[in-house]
Amino acid sequence: MRRRSFLTLGIAGAATLAAAGWWGVVRNRGDRSTTLEADARTIVAAIVPAMLDGALPPPGRDRTSAIAETVANVDRAIQGLPAFAQAELGQLFSLLAIAPARRAFAGVASPWPEASVGEVAAFLDRWRDSGWSLKRSAYDALHQLILASWYGNPRSWERIGYPGPPRIG
Amino acid sequence: MVDNTTNSTAPVAGAHVSTDPFRRGLAAGWKVIDASKQAADLTLECDVCIVGSGAGGGVTAEILSGAGLRVVIVEEGPLRTSSDFRMLESQAYPDLYQESAARKTADKSINILQGRCVGGGTTVNWTSSFRTPETTLAHWARVHKLHGFSSSELRPWFERMEARLSIAPWPVPPNQNNAALARGAAKLGIPSAMIRRNVRGCANLGYCGVGCPTNAKQSMLVTTIPATLERGGILLTRTRADRLRFFEDRVEALECSIAAGGSPDATRRVRIRARAFVAAAGAIGTPGLLLRSDVPDPHALIGKRTFLHPTVVSAAIMPHRIDGFAGAPQTVYSDHYLDTLPPGGPIGFKLEAPPVHPILAAITLPGHGPDHASLMREFANLHVQIALLRDGFHPESPGGTVRLRDDGSPLLDYPLTPYVWDGVRRAFRTMAELQFAAGAASVMPIHGKGTAFATFARARAGIDAFALAPLTTPVVSAHVMGGCPMGSEERTSVTDPTGRVHRTANVYVVDGSLFPTSIGANPQLTIYAIAARLAEGIASTMRPATTS
Repeated sequence: MRRRSFLTLGIAGAATLAAAGWWGVVRNRGDRSTTLEADARTIVAAIVPAMLDGALPPPGRDRTSAIAETVANVDRAIQGLPAFAQAELGQLFSLLAIAPARRAFAGVASPWPEASVGEVAAFLDRWRDSGWSLKRSAYDALHQLILASWYGNPRSWERIGYPGPPRIG
Repeated sequence: MVDNTTNSTAPVAGAHVSTDPFRRGLAAGWKVIDASKQAADLTLECDVCIVGSGAGGGVTAEILSGAGLRVVIVEEGPLRTSSDFRMLESQAYPDLYQESAARKTADKSINILQGRCVGGGTTVNWTSSFRTPETTLAHWARVHKLHGFSSSELRPWFERMEARLSIAPWPVPPNQNNAALARGAAKLGIPSAMIRRNVRGCANLGYCGVGCPTNAKQSMLVTTIPATLERGGILLTRTRADRLRFFEDRVEALECSIAAGGSPDATRRVRIRARAFVAAAGAIGTPGLLLRSDVPDPHALIGKRTFLHPTVVSAAIMPHRIDGFAGAPQTVYSDHYLDTLPPGGPIGFKLEAPPVHPILAAITLPGHGPDHASLMREFANLHVQIALLRDGFHPESPGGTVRLRDDGSPLLDYPLTPYVWDGVRRAFRTMAELQFAAGAASVMPIHGKGTAFATFARARAGIDAFALAPLTTPVVSAHVMGGCPMGSEERTSVTDPTGRVHRTANVYVVDGSLFPTSIGANPQLTIYAIAARLAEGIASTMRPATTS
């Protein structure tokens, strides 16, 4: 069976992006779903260290693998969502993947792989506190996906004093 | 009593997990068909086709199969049984919940926890069992002209289902999270009480919400559905009910598609022919099915007045470990703020405590980065309260509306009115006061970027200044009700008091969508009792077919 693409640009996405003023930019990209898939991974990988700043292991191999596992869990979580929800997230990542949109809409000057934790954290602060509910709902989606993906991972539990499920039988 | 609590997370001696009665039943020949594994189209014929295997569908299936009728149950979710339940949120949410436990209302401001698996919500609920509050039933009679559903008329049905599902007082002291609620209430002179639970031989593990691993919870998965299958009933899983096919006023068949992974698969179809059809898909799914099926709806009522108990959360950091993940998750409640407010007055709320597991805590606590990480370091010391607002009793609380997306899936639009936000603010104040009374070092009402207060005076001032708003103040709900209200007048109801949809000969609704309002209590027992009564009514109108 063909694996569903990580994220695809839905038709409804066009309306949202048009409202956001980015229709022309997106249209020029055409249907490059494989690129979008890679783009989405890159964006999530850039946001994870800021969302989980203070929760991840210290810099080193452990931290790198913790981030990679979280990104993989986010991917898996999105694949389990209904098509309409995948499409909506696809719109979000499509938008964030476009450099001018990233700068103007998210306020992140650096390309995602080069963005510092501070720069990404400032973007998260702005979206959480935004007067525009669309940005707050996007923040919410990132908050829920990334935090669930890390705190569902047993590696996160010792730090928070959770012993894990009891053994039974 | 409340200070004498044990929160052991040590291995539980004597917990009996070696048997999985459902798997034994399958081995003995129960007919369960995973539609996603069928290579070809499938057509089934029966007396009654029931859509949904939760509280409404499960009880209906047991009673109708007990009356000798041939029953087919259609479930959108997968079959998961005790052998699959590993007490892991990461597994349970995508497996057992609608939209991976991230189902949202239209503006995404309310997160809905709703089951989607064999047993529906009963497989993942927290076992809280309440009879419908008398004030709610009286309100239904007085305002919604629903007669025959008074406390005394429902009593025999409550008693029957309580006996069937082992609903009884819980004799074990509450865990620390619930004990703190009781302690705070006692300090302030507010009555609280223990919640009855539907369990047998419960090992007090605390993982009801991710599937009971010991089969102690008397959900539909271990009671009514096995009984139905034992009598030759058929259970279809991963089967999405698309559309009822009418001929004049009778439905002749239900058309279904395959529900696998995130999206329906339209390559193979399932068709069920039956003499009667019961919609028991929950208060989002049932209106969705009726809307897709063009059921007669002259007053455009289907899906309107769908209710949640909009719920807000307050997290307290206690000076000692609470371990809110361990022990029966929900055992103490207070109805003080329902009982002291008239149903038509300011919105009232029920106070309860939820389980505190890592994912639930992480996605509920606001913010990100170091702030969030330091809150999570207090995870084991968190005492969490929730306030469930009783919506639907006032002209300014009309609830939400279920409509269809372009792909036919149901979407709940649920604008929160100033009337509801007023209740949210009072609920935040009340929970903070109770939490400080219980000994909290600090209290954080879940709102905005998250502000922790060190005293109740500061908390009250802070809460009064909150700019409460959608997507700033997180609102959740695990209870979905209404949207297909029953009643005697066609102008104001979707079904008659027997559950039959007006102007149809053989379509019934038997689930929480029948309620004219929210009920102000965890709804499972109300659904069980009303389902039992309506199912007996349906059985009395249908003689078993003589051929098989």
